[in-house]
Amino acid sequence: MIRDFEGVIIKTVCRALVPFIQLYGLYVIAHGHYSPGGGFQGGCILAASFILMALAYDINEVKKRLSEKMNTIFCSLGVIIYAGIGILCLILGANYLDYGILHKILPADPAHARSLGILGVEIGVGFTVMAVMVSIFLNIASGGEHEGEEN
Amino acid sequence: MIWQLDILLLIIVVICALAAISVKDLLSSAILFGAYSFLLCLVWAEMGAVDVAFTEATVGAGISTAFFIGAIYHTSRRTKD
Repeated sequence: MIRDFEGVIIKTVCRALVPFIQLYGLYVIAHGHYSPGGGFQGGCILAASFILMALAYDINEVKKRLSEKMNTIFCSLGVIIYAGIGILCLILGANYLDYGILHKILPADPAHARSLGILGVEIGVGFTVMAVMVSIFLNIASGGEHEGEEN
Repeated sequence: MIWQLDILLLIIVVICALAAISVKDLLSSAILFGAYSFLLCLVWAEMGAVDVAFTEATVGAGISTAFFIGAIYHTSRRTKD
């Protein structure tokens, strides 16, 4: 997990599996507002793809693709998207996270604007959950010893 | 809802839970806990709570098992008690 190891079957299978897992996670996020699933579950599936890569290769392979700085940026970006949509509704004159009012700035009727608003919130939740889950796993698996950028 | 299937799944869930707390090998315990989560996910899907079942499958069976394996990697594999 921390050290690299030789296992060509595990590495090849995991490498082939990761894009499909990520595509499924994006599907779950994109369809979260009117079918089972949503930001939390989709974010967990996206994080699972990175965790699979950390298990099959090593932690540095994950950090090469999703560095600690990018992880922190994703983590706060999701909260900003969530709170930003809420405050945008507040600015436009409705309650916090009352998406119906977004039809003033979106080219859609109120019902459609409500659907688009909750889709934006799901995307924000997905970003944050993915970043936090990957961060927790990297900290547990390395014992908190991977602080900062090593290489 | 099929109550026979419910009873069967719940019995296996209880067996998995008892096995997970009584086994001495921590890695086996983590894997049994993952199986427990997945069976609980089946119970919820069978009862019609698909969203809860989805959350249980991703968080319980997927992420938390990986967290447990990551934590066991840093300790001894056999329990003392």
